Parts: sequence; C-alpha cells; structure tokens
Amino acid sequence: MEIAITQVSYAYKGCKELFNNVSFSIKSGQIICILGPNGIGKTTLLNCIANLTLPSQGHIVIDGHDMKRMLPQEVAKAIGFVPQIIEASFDYEVLEYVVTGCAPRLGTFERPKEQHYLVAKNALAQMGISHLSHKAYTEISGGERQQVSIARALAQQPKVILMDEPTAHLDYGNQIKVLKIIKRMAAERYGVVLTTHNPDQALLLKGKVAAFNKKGEFSFGDYKEVLNETFLRSIYGIDLHLCDIEELDRIACVAPKL
Amino acid sequence: MKKITHSQQMLFLFVLLVILLFFSLSVGRYSNNPLDVIQALRSKLGLVLQTDVAMENIVFYVRMPRIFAAMFIGAMLALSGAAYQGIFKNPLVSPDLLGVSSGACVGAAAAILLGFGMIERQLLAFWGGLFAVLLTTTIPKLFRNNSNMMMVLSGIIVGGFLNAVLAIMKFVAEAQTELSSIVFWQMGSVASVKKAELLAISPVLLICSILLLSLSWRINILSFGEVEAKTLGMNIKKIRGIIIICASLLTASAVSISGTVGWIGLIIPHLGRLLVGSDHTKLLPVTVLLGAIFMLVVDTTARALTSVEIPLSILTGFIGAPSFAYLLYRQRAKVS
Repeated sequence: MEIAITQVSYAYKGCKELFNNVSFSIKSGQIICILGPNGIGKTTLLNCIANLTLPSQGHIVIDGHDMKRMLPQEVAKAIGFVPQIIEASFDYEVLEYVVTGCAPRLGTFERPKEQHYLVAKNALAQMGISHLSHKAYTEISGGERQQVSIARALAQQPKVILMDEPTAHLDYGNQIKVLKIIKRMAAERYGVVLTTHNPDQALLLKGKVAAFNKKGEFSFGDYKEVLNETFLRSIYGIDLHLCDIEELDRIACVAPKL
Repeated sequence: MKKITHSQQMLFLFVLLVILLFFSLSVGRYSNNPLDVIQALRSKLGLVLQTDVAMENIVFYVRMPRIFAAMFIGAMLALSGAAYQGIFKNPLVSPDLLGVSSGACVGAAAAILLGFGMIERQLLAFWGGLFAVLLTTTIPKLFRNNSNMMMVLSGIIVGGFLNAVLAIMKFVAEAQTELSSIVFWQMGSVASVKKAELLAISPVLLICSILLLSLSWRINILSFGEVEAKTLGMNIKKIRGIIIICASLLTASAVSISGTVGWIGLIIPHLGRLLVGSDHTKLLPVTVLLGAIFMLVVDTTARALTSVEIPLSILTGFIGAPSFAYLLYRQRAKVS
C-alpha cells in the first residue's frame, strides 16, 4: 500500500500559492506528522490527501490509481479521515455513529446489517470504549468524541488514516492517550498522517516529518534527520531546544524560559 | 420503564391511525353514528344489501377523499420536513425553506387571477413550487458555493422575492372574489379535495416517499456534514440532490391540493425525535405516521368543531406554535 503525493501545489483562486511542489509518500505502518506555522496550509494539504480539496497542480496516486479518476467510494475504502471539530447536530447513539464507517462498503440504498454492527463493535472494543456504545453522541466528552471518531475510522477499514489535529481540543492526559493509540495503529500496519502544532509529538511518535517552514518551503524525512534546532526555528520563529532526557530515554522539544 | 422496540412503536402508531381514521369517518354533519359507517362499509363490500344510499355516498365520496387527503398531506409534509432537517443538519428547517410554499402560492394566485379552474390552479401551484426550488438550488451554483448555509440563504432570497410577487398579485386582485380566494388558499383546506386529485398526486407520493425512506441511512451520514459524508465516500451532490428533489416534490404536491398548511413539517419531525431519537432510519417512518395522525386530527377538528369550516393553518398554528415551544423546552439540552 502506498499513497504517492507528487509535486502537489495549492492556490486559492486568484491568490498566491499556499504551498507548492510538495512530494512524499505514505506507506503502511508509517506515522507522518505534518508540522508548520499557522495558516501555512497543513490542513489544506491533509484535505488534499483526504480527497476533500482538489490540488491546483500535481497528483495523488493510491496504489497506482490517480485519485482524480477514482470514485469517492473507492478513495474512502483506502483512506479514513478523523476531522478536527466534530459538532453534532443530532443526538445519535455512539454505535450508530461508528457504524457509518461501513458506508463505503454499502450500496446507496443499503443499510448496515448484523455483520457491519459487528465491525463497529470491534472498532469500539479496539479503542477500549465499548461502554460508550449506547450513549448519545451529544452526551460524551470531547476526548471521548475524538476516540469515537477514531473508532469510526477503524470501522471504515482503510489502509491510511488521516487526522486533523487529533489532540487540539484534548486535555494533556487525553493527548498522550491519542498519541499511544496512533502508535498502536501504526503497529497494526495502518499508515497514519496527522497535523499538529506540537513538535514534541513528532519526537514522541518517532515517525516521519512533513514540515513547512515560515517561508512555506517543504521538507520531508525521518524525524531524526529533519528536526533540529535550526529547522525548528525556521518553522516557529523562536528558539526551541532539543534535550536528551536520560530518565525518560527520549529527546524532548522544549521552549526556553520566558 | 420497559424499552419499547421500534416495530412496537410503529404498530402502535399504525393502530392509532386506523382507529382515528374510523372515528373521523364517523364524525360529520349528516350522521355521527359509527354503526352507520360500519353499515356503509359492509354494503360497499357487498356483505349486506344497500340500506342507506346517502350515508354510503357521504362516507365514500365526501368524507373518505377528504380524510385520505388530510393523511397524505400530513405524511408528505412531515416526511419532507424530516428529510430537509436531516440533510441541512438543522432541526429548525422546514419544507418552506427552499421557497416551495411561496412558489406554490404564486402559482395558485396566478391561476386565480387568470380565472383558471381548480385543476389548472393545482398544476400552476405545483410548477410554481418546483420553479422556486430550481431557483433556490441554482443560486449557490452561481456563487460557486455549495455549502448548506448558502442553500438556506438562497431559500430566504427566493422566498422573499416570491412573497413580494404574491403581494403584487394580491394588490391588483379584485377584493371581493379573487383576493378572498387567494387568502383562503393560503390558509389551507382539504374540504374540496376529490378522489381524482388524490390519484393524480399518488405516483409522486409513492415514488418520493419510497426513495426518501430507502435513503434514510444516507441522511444520517449527510447530517454529519459535508466533510464527513465525503470522506465516508458518499457522492454528496447526487444523493443530496435526489433527497432535495423528492422532499420538494412531496411538498409541492401536498401544497398544490391543500394550499399552504404551516407547522407540520417543522414540529412533527421534532415530535418523532422525542419518540425514537435522531436515527433517520427510525425517524422517517415514524414521522410519516405521526404526520398523518396529526393532520387527520386537525382536519377532523376543522370540520367538526364548529358549523363553519376552520382553515387548516389557523388550527395548525394554534396547536403547532405552543407544541413547538414545548418540544424545544423538552429538548433544551440538545439545541445549541
């Protein structure tokens, strides 16, 4: 399984390009963090891969098939998407919500059957949130909603799962919980692509980094190669320090004192 | 409280509808005796010799078409309301949203001004409604903005414009005859609906209802919003298009035979949600039955309460507005 992103550019109609010439590939079992300053186009890039936004130039190819020529249903079988802000207009039961992950595998007039509910229940069990099955979606917390959304992406049985700032609205405990889930999904051979504002998460996840600096220049590579203090400065415009913390056996990205 | 299953609820509502139907058949100026109705039904089926021809005629040619018209219209408006609320992911949306009702009103008023008969009036109302929907769905395309909000705004634009057109028509109408016809039509009535008119709208009723009911799970997905629906692999444009067309056809055909009847498309889906929750696969069938029941009760009240026919919109307004306030109060935690 491979999604190849080749020389992708995006520009709003009649405006300067948001980003250009972005190329990298997503393989099974990989974690890719998209880093970059506000407004540089991280989410737009993710939306391009999710088939939500059409790139102005370039190609996104899923296992040899150009996404532009694929039906949305086919794309959805390969790529799952966990949106950032989930506002519920109606109070669906969690299980009913998760089972909609099976939609790409169902005909237009078909409804989920026993087997699809089984897939949904498994996804909830995988996330360890089976106890939420019959709760109303409007009555669970933000952290739980994020987990429910991931469960739905799992029920979709895609090869790659895209997450738009999966930790944005979560408390610190839930943030780490979600990172652990991402790690586990990669171990289960899912490819995971996420956007984040916290470079330390890229270090915790130890995957690949796709980053835009302040000028909009794009770099891609292993986190060890890409993330150094000079590069972090070019992204965020402040001095960030990479500290090797022996106790924890990891490198952490920390800000200096104010 | 013991949990009642969805099929038990449906069965209960269906039985209730049948009981009300029979009750409504028995109520009227000629005879208020249910036994007379049973007698008339039996004689129609050939079980007994014809005894009371007048009663039989009243049951089958006066009350029956009207009662079925009321049930059909209630069901159609409620179903299209639930579908609109689902795809526009907004529980405050109603079938009037896309300008259907205003369009139909303009059509009917034009027919009245041109001195056309009943059939032409219905046809013009129907096409007026459809034209309004076409206009409403074209505006977002012109602006290259396919969002739900754009669609709602576009409905307001079209509705506002058509209401102005209607105002001109009322202004130039001859006060004694034409103006009162237009106003009466706007208040809604099924008093004069004939069997032929019911048969004429039944294909639309059947096809659109079946399509909407079978797409109900897709309405769930569309109600999550465009991002989620698309990443779940749905062809949003096509399926949303089918749903809008079906719901609008239902509204336009209902309005074309009964005039505008307010509130049903707004409150019945809310009542349904209170009973079965938001899942549209359960909500849509329940809404159909509830709509039919509600309208049957309203129309029976309209013809039996006083010696004068009360226009439907007056009753639906008097019942609908306070009920809606109550429903909102019950759901207060869920509306943000």
